[in-house]
Amino acid sequence: MTSSKKWLWVLIALAFLVPLLRPVLPDIVSDYRLFLVSTMMIAAIAVLGLNLLTGFNGQISLGHGAFYAVGAYTAAVLMDHLNMPYWATLPAAAIVCFIVGYLFGLPALKLEGHYLALATFALALAVPQILKYKWLEGLTGGVQGIVLNKPEAPFGLPLTEDQWLYYYILVVMVLLYWAAANILNSRSGRAMMAIRDYAIAADTMGIDTALYKTVTFGISAAYTGIAGALSASAIAFVAPDSFNFFLSIKFLIGLVVGGIGSLIGSVVGGIFYVLVDNSAQALSTFVKNDLGLQFDLSAYTVFGILLIVLMYLMPMGIVGGVYYLVQNLRSSMRGGRARQQAAEKQPAAR
Amino acid sequence: MRTSRRGFVGGVSALALASGSTSAFAQKKYDDGVTDTEIKIGNTNPYSGPASSYAAIARTIDAYFKAVNEAGGINGRKIKFISLDDGYSPPKTVEVVRQLVEQDKIFALFQPLGTPCNTAIHKYMNQKKVPQLYVATGASKWGDPKNFPWTMGFQPDYHTEAKIYAKHILANVKDAKIAVLHQNDDYGRDYLGGFKEGLGQETGRIVRTVTYEATDPTVDSQIIQLKDSGANVFFNVSAPKAAAQGIRKAAEIDWKPVHYLNNVSASVAAVMKPAGFDNAQGIITAAYIMDATDKAWDDNAEMKEWRTWMDKNMPSANKGDANHIYGYAVAALMTETLKRCGNEMTRANLMKQAASFQKYRLPLLLPGITVSTSATDFYPIQAVQLQRFKGETWELFGEVMHAEGS
Repeated sequence: MTSSKKWLWVLIALAFLVPLLRPVLPDIVSDYRLFLVSTMMIAAIAVLGLNLLTGFNGQISLGHGAFYAVGAYTAAVLMDHLNMPYWATLPAAAIVCFIVGYLFGLPALKLEGHYLALATFALALAVPQILKYKWLEGLTGGVQGIVLNKPEAPFGLPLTEDQWLYYYILVVMVLLYWAAANILNSRSGRAMMAIRDYAIAADTMGIDTALYKTVTFGISAAYTGIAGALSASAIAFVAPDSFNFFLSIKFLIGLVVGGIGSLIGSVVGGIFYVLVDNSAQALSTFVKNDLGLQFDLSAYTVFGILLIVLMYLMPMGIVGGVYYLVQNLRSSMRGGRARQQAAEKQPAAR
Repeated sequence: MRTSRRGFVGGVSALALASGSTSAFAQKKYDDGVTDTEIKIGNTNPYSGPASSYAAIARTIDAYFKAVNEAGGINGRKIKFISLDDGYSPPKTVEVVRQLVEQDKIFALFQPLGTPCNTAIHKYMNQKKVPQLYVATGASKWGDPKNFPWTMGFQPDYHTEAKIYAKHILANVKDAKIAVLHQNDDYGRDYLGGFKEGLGQETGRIVRTVTYEATDPTVDSQIIQLKDSGANVFFNVSAPKAAAQGIRKAAEIDWKPVHYLNNVSASVAAVMKPAGFDNAQGIITAAYIMDATDKAWDDNAEMKEWRTWMDKNMPSANKGDANHIYGYAVAALMTETLKRCGNEMTRANLMKQAASFQKYRLPLLLPGITVSTSATDFYPIQAVQLQRFKGETWELFGEVMHAEGS
């Protein structure tokens, strides 16, 4: 049990206990904040899915918003038409998205790098249009979308809707995180990373690259699809407008900011995105109204500036940057030789 | 200790009662978001993303409330208008509206924009019992006081407008064979639904329906298809760019049906001029609000006042943008509603006041069109007047038409 693992347990325990403080500290642990943390966790799961593909398998996707949409719609259609309970929609969304992702992964085998990025980009643009298509309209509700009910706490638990939603999503996230950590720590995980690092070498070693690439695509899509299904429950409404192209970019930003190829980084990235997206607007009005500056900075300008600064200061993402800082501090305490070692270790950080 | 404090408070109240100065004091009732000096009003608008041109509405409203505050506010209270960006994305709307309601504790949500965005918060607002007032969408579902007593629309809905066209066609065109062009989304379909309802048993008169996507570069092929159908009436449900193209193309291929154009594209500057005034002669549309680019209103007192107001408060804005007219009018309605609440600043009273307008004249509406609401009628503006394009302006004709309860 390393110290970082201990911290992880402490974090999980905190995450479970804090919402219970709601009756004691209603202003700090408010329903709205719990909801916000829930959306952060949903974003984290989606980014985790993208990370499995891009960070650990080296395939770039600009279209994960599409799988998110498919997951959300699968859940919504099942709840709306078949009255399926919200929790039962998760495996269904995962399976549907796995299949869609796997099938999309087949032609993607022929595409590398930028070409794959473009193909996935097209997917992200196409899916909202497909959802509006008249043959599907009976199912998807067309542009009107589908209005759902928010999940309520079962067994008469004395929890508010938002508290329950928080726990539901937290449990799902922890499970998915655990599963991803185990996949990566297995033979298959090492094969995935070997393909990322040097596909030809991996092939030579006897790894079935085609199989691993398509299955990784499927798993990645399933993760993001589950995030979509969770968001359908949390927002209680789906419409094609919810899944615009910017959603895919959002996942990519979360991935890069958190740290490519780092599981913790995915969670940090998801949290970062929602947090900064929200505070960018507050910051821009603050600059304009409270500081009295004449700049009419739009929220996105602030967001962009923050991103540039962050990428400049922490090119390896937040987790990579923090890791680097910690290593640097330690080695400066231990002396020069250790510093050198840390510098050598750094590129493999995760 | 406790009793003595209570006694003290009681004594003071008794004193206050006895002194007779209670009339103002006792009637003050506040919900969240209101104090003696401030009213917090929330709003969502797409400041970013593909629909960001609509944000001109929120900017106008903001400028309007600022001007109201400078003139002393409403019943001594200044309006704090908190308008957040949702990028026209429903999940984001839910997030920012929850922030407005639960963190910022707004008194009411005013003019949230977009049909999908309002749908996403519809249930939530009514559960929280926070007014979702004068929403900025033309969909027909916002006037449902029975199921959603905290939500109210503003503009005439598409459904009603389309019904009026249908009635007019049945009454005025002999042997109508109707061709329909509509944008392939909820706005287009809402019009089509209303149109069919208006035709009633005569729906068979629609000989051809063709759609286009908002992103299509032209609608040329659609217009040719419609001409081929042999129709003598053209019901044109398209947004400004496509509308201008459609009018031009129809003239080019010498198709001269009786042309009904949806109000969305009634702008002289954005549609009629680019389409060519010669090509646009005789087009019929329904309107409820004045068009700043229409020279017919140049001498109108309300229009003049609006122009002066714009010069003073939004000097750099484009006056040809209809969103500024719309924002000005709806902000005026909100200001009047808040004024009528007096010192009983409760959400229930706000909805009550919003639902008790009797033929109230709002600036910049067409002459003869007024705001009327009731406990069962949550459609503030329901009247439109037909107008025909002549020369370089619209010419109103016929009576102001009211939709019979929709």
